[in-house]
Amino acid sequence: MPDLLFEILSEEIPARMQAKARENLGALVLKGLDEAGVQYGVVETYSTPRRLVLHVAGLPERTPDLSEERKGPRTDAPEKALAGFLRSTGLTVEQLERRADKKGEVFFAVIEKPGRPLSGALAEIIPGVIRGFPWPKSMRWGTGDLRWVRPLTSILCLLDSEVVPFDVDGYASGNQTRGHRMVDPEPFSVNGFEAYRQGLAERRVTLEPAAREAEIAATAKKLCEEAGVTLIDDPALLHEVGGLVEWPVPLIGVIEDEFRDLPPEVLQTSMREHQKYFSASDASGRVTHFVAVANVQGADDGETIVKGNAKVLRARLADAKFFWENDLRAVKGGGLEDMAASLTSVTFHNKLGSQAERVDRIAALARDMAPVTGADAVLAEQAARICKADLASEMVYEFPELQGLMGRYYASAAGLDIRVAAAAEEHYSPLGPSDSVPSEAVSVSVALADKIDTLAGFWAIEEKPTGTKDPFALRRAALGVIRLILENGVRMRLSEPVGVALMRHVYLIGRRDAVALGEPLFDALEQFGEDHGGTERRAQFENLVSFLLSPQSGLAEQLEPGFEEDMRATVGDLLAFIADRLKVLLRDRGITHDLIDSVYALGDQDDLVLLVKRVDALQNFLGTEDGKNLLAGYKRAANILAAEEKKEKATIAPQPDPSLAVLADEQALFEALAATEVAVAPALYQENFEAAMLSLAKLRAPIDAFFDKVTVNANDPALRVNRLALLARIRVVTGQVADFSKIEG
Amino acid sequence: MTTTTPRSFQEIILRLQTYWAEKGCAVLQPYDMEVGAGTFHPATTLRALGPSQWAAAYVQPSRRPTDGRYGENPNRLQHYYQYQVLIKPSPPDLQDLYLGSLKAIGIDFTLHDIRFVEDDWESPTLGAWGLGWEVWVDGMEVSQFTYFQQVGGHDCRPVSGELTYGLERLAMYVLGVDHVMDMPFNDPDAPIALSYGDVFRQTEAEYSRWNFDVADTTTLLKHFEDAEAECERILAAEHVDPKTGKTIVMAHPAYDQCIKASHLFNLLDARGVISVTERQAYIGRVRALAKACADAFLLTPAGGAEAA
Repeated sequence: MPDLLFEILSEEIPARMQAKARENLGALVLKGLDEAGVQYGVVETYSTPRRLVLHVAGLPERTPDLSEERKGPRTDAPEKALAGFLRSTGLTVEQLERRADKKGEVFFAVIEKPGRPLSGALAEIIPGVIRGFPWPKSMRWGTGDLRWVRPLTSILCLLDSEVVPFDVDGYASGNQTRGHRMVDPEPFSVNGFEAYRQGLAERRVTLEPAAREAEIAATAKKLCEEAGVTLIDDPALLHEVGGLVEWPVPLIGVIEDEFRDLPPEVLQTSMREHQKYFSASDASGRVTHFVAVANVQGADDGETIVKGNAKVLRARLADAKFFWENDLRAVKGGGLEDMAASLTSVTFHNKLGSQAERVDRIAALARDMAPVTGADAVLAEQAARICKADLASEMVYEFPELQGLMGRYYASAAGLDIRVAAAAEEHYSPLGPSDSVPSEAVSVSVALADKIDTLAGFWAIEEKPTGTKDPFALRRAALGVIRLILENGVRMRLSEPVGVALMRHVYLIGRRDAVALGEPLFDALEQFGEDHGGTERRAQFENLVSFLLSPQSGLAEQLEPGFEEDMRATVGDLLAFIADRLKVLLRDRGITHDLIDSVYALGDQDDLVLLVKRVDALQNFLGTEDGKNLLAGYKRAANILAAEEKKEKATIAPQPDPSLAVLADEQALFEALAATEVAVAPALYQENFEAAMLSLAKLRAPIDAFFDKVTVNANDPALRVNRLALLARIRVVTGQVADFSKIEG
Repeated sequence: MTTTTPRSFQEIILRLQTYWAEKGCAVLQPYDMEVGAGTFHPATTLRALGPSQWAAAYVQPSRRPTDGRYGENPNRLQHYYQYQVLIKPSPPDLQDLYLGSLKAIGIDFTLHDIRFVEDDWESPTLGAWGLGWEVWVDGMEVSQFTYFQQVGGHDCRPVSGELTYGLERLAMYVLGVDHVMDMPFNDPDAPIALSYGDVFRQTEAEYSRWNFDVADTTTLLKHFEDAEAECERILAAEHVDPKTGKTIVMAHPAYDQCIKASHLFNLLDARGVISVTERQAYIGRVRALAKACADAFLLTPAGGAEAA
C-alpha cells in the first residue's frame, strides 16, 4: 500500500510553534483524506527547526467512488431557485431526479464522483493545507503573497517514490530536501520515507523531536555526572531547545565563582530566559555549571563554542549580579518601604490608581483580615506594605517572573520577620487550580487581601470578565480566594471584606475624580476600620456605606441616589461570580451544581467553609437510602403542592391543624415533623450538619407511610386542605437544611 | 575566499562593506542625523515602502542615551555603530548571503555554533513590525534579521529583508576582546595604533553626563514640539511647488523632523522626566509623524507614484 511523505522546508520555525504545527498538519491533511473518503494507516508527524513533515502509511492506490445526493427545490418552485441549484451542482435539468416528498415533488441531484488516482487528490488537498495553514503569526516574503511562518524553501511530496505534482505560488513539489544548514546544505533526492529519514541522519539532522530531546537529556545528564554536579530538570526548556536544533550537541561549562552566590533561581532564570541553558547544581544546591545545546559538533570538540557561551554568560550574569547588589544596597539602606516608595509613580490600572494606592488598600484589608485568619495584625499589615516592593527592584524589572521570590530575598535581607518575608512570595499563590495554597496566617491574610482588592476594584469600575476574555485574570483571583478560605478553614462572611474593599475603591475613585477634596479622607476612612475592626465586620460595611453617604466624606453629593442599593447589588454580583468559580471547583470534586444551588438558595451563604461543609453533609445524606427516599418523598409533596398552588394561584400556608389529622399515619407525620423541626434548628446552629441530616432521615418512614396510606385528595375539603398544609410543612422543615427543590434526581 | 581573522574594528567594517558591495548592494554613507538605530536611516524606513526595488548597505552611528555608562561598562555605550543591509524584495537566499558575510569577517563555521532564534521585531515609534530572528554565534546575539511586514502603518509589498549587525559586539567577539574600550580600532601594528577607547572613552563620559544630568529638559521639550510642528507643517504644504510649478512632496525633510523628535524623546527619557503613562503618549506622537511621512513618501516617485 502506498505511503505519503510530505515535507515543507523553510527558514527557521520558532520552537514554541512546532508542536502545534505538527498537530495541525496531521489534522488538516487527514481532514482532506476523510472528505475524499480515503482510508489510511499509521500517521506520523515530525518537525525540526527548518521542516514540518507528515508521513501517512497504508493509503489506497485510488480514492473510492463517491456518490453524493443533494435535495433541491420543489419541481414547481420558481425558475430562479432551480437555476441556482443547477449552478451549484453543475448539472442540467435532465440530469436531475424527481422524487416525491412530503410536500410534493422535489428535485434531487445525484452527483457521482468516480474514484481517481490518489496522487491527483493529494495534489489538490495539500496546496490547500499550505495556503490555509493556521500559524499563530505568519508572514509574506519577497514579491509573493503566500504566507508561512518564515520564508518557504522547498516542498517535498512523494507517494511512494513518485512525486505528487503541484505548485504553490511558484514552489513546485519535488523529491529533494536538504541536510543540516551548516554541515551539509546541498539538496539531495529521496525515493521514500526510509531513504528520507536515513538521508537526513547522514546529513546531521535528527527528524524526531522526541529523539532530539532524549539525546539532549541523556547527554546533559552524563556531562553533569562527569563534572560531579546534578542537572536541574526543566521539561519546558528541554522541549524548547529540542525545537532549536537539528543535531543537538550538549556542552557543559562552568559558572565563575563570583556569580555562584547569586540566588539559584536568579541564575537559572537568567540562563534559561536569555541563553536557553540548563542549570546544574553542586551538593550544596549552588548553581555551578551550565549546559548549552549547540547545533553542531565543533571541530575542536566544542571548545570554542563553550568558551563563547561562557563569555556571553559572564556578561549576562554580571548584569544580574549588578541588579542583585544594587537592590540589596537599596534594601539595606532604606528598607523595602523605600524600595516601595517609587510605586507611587507606577500605574496599576488607569481607573484604579497607582501600585502604591493599591498597596495601601491591601494593607488595610490584610489588617482587617487578621482576626479571621489568625494572623498577627501588625505583621499582616507590614507584609502587605512590602509585598509589591520588589516590583520596583532592578531584578524584577529585568526578570518579571521573579516577582515575589525576590521580595522574599529582599525582605529577609532587610531583616524582616520570616513570616513577612514568606508572605512577599506566597501572597501571589495560588496561581491556578493545582498551585499550592499558603498556610501561614500572614501569607493567607495578604493573599486574600490582594485578590479581594483586585476583584472588588474591577467590579467597581465594571470591568468584569466576559466570555473567554479575562485580561486581569479575575477568575483565577476568585478561585484563589476560594481555595485560600477552604484549605485554611477561614471562617468569615465573605461579603464583609468584599464590601469593605469595594467601598475603599469607590471612595478612592471618587476622590481621584474630584481632586479638589483637600481633607485627608482616606485617613478618616481608615479610622473607621480601626473603630469598627474586630469581629463586627457586618457593621463595618454598613458604617462605611453610611460614612460615604454622610457630609463628612465629601463625596455624598456626587453619589447617585440609590447608591447604597447599587453597592449591595455589586457585592452580590461579585459573590455570585465567586459562587460560580466555587461550583466549578466542587464539580471537579464530584459535587454537582444542583447541590450547591440548593444550599445557596437558603440565602446569605457567604461563609464558604460552612457552605461546603453543609454541601458535603448533604451529598453524603443523599447517597444513603434514607436520603434518596426522603428526596423522592419531598419531590412528591412538592409536585402536589405545585399543581395545587398553580391552580389556586396562591401559596399553601404550612399551618396544618393537628385536630384534623384523623388517620394514624397522618398523625405520625405530624409528630415526626414537629420532632425534626425541633432537632434540626440546634444542630444547624452548632454547624453539626451530620446531626441535622440524621434528623431529616427520621422523616423518611413517616413520609413514605403517609403517601402510602393517606389520600391527600380527600372528599372532605377541610381534610384535603389540611393535608396539603401538612405537605407544605415538609417543605418548610426540610428547607431549613437546603432547598430540596433545586436538587435534581 | 579569505577567512583570516580580522585584526581591528575597522577591518571588520571594511570587510562587510566589501562583501555587500560584491553582492550588489549600493554602499551608502551614514545618515547625517542623530538616530537610535540604523533602521531610522531613510534608506531603510522610507525605501522599505512602495513597489521599487532597493539594495543598500551602510554603517550607521546610533545613539541610545539611556545606555550610557561613562565609558566604563565593557559592553554598553550610548553611541555605537550598526551595520545595516536592506534588500527589497528579499531574495530567496538572504540567509545564505548573511552567513557569507559572517564567513567574510572570519567566523569559521566548523568551530562556531550559528543559530537563528525567533525574534519578532517591532518599532512602536515607526509603526513598523516584521518577523525574523536574532542570530546567535555561540550564544551571542550578533545580528537582527527581519522581514519587514509593515512600516509606517503600510503593508510592505514587496517585502524587504533587513539585516542589522551590532558592530561593536560582533567585533569584540571576532577579535576576542573583553572590554569594548580595549578593542583595536585600526591595525594594532599601525604606527599610530588607536583603540576604541582612544577614540570614544572621553566622549562616552561627556555624553553620559550630559544625557543623564545636564541636558536642559525645557529646551529639549521645546525642540520636540518644534520638530513635531515643523514636520506637520512641511507635510501640510501644497504638493505643487508654486515656484517651480512641479509636484514636490517633501517626504524626506518632514521625515528629518520625525527623526529629530524621536531622538529628543530618547534624550528626555534618559533625563528621567517622562513618566510611564506619558511615555506611551510621546511614542504615539512620534509614530503619528512617522506614519504621516510614510504616507507622504508613497506620493513621491521613489515611493512608486507616477512622475508628474
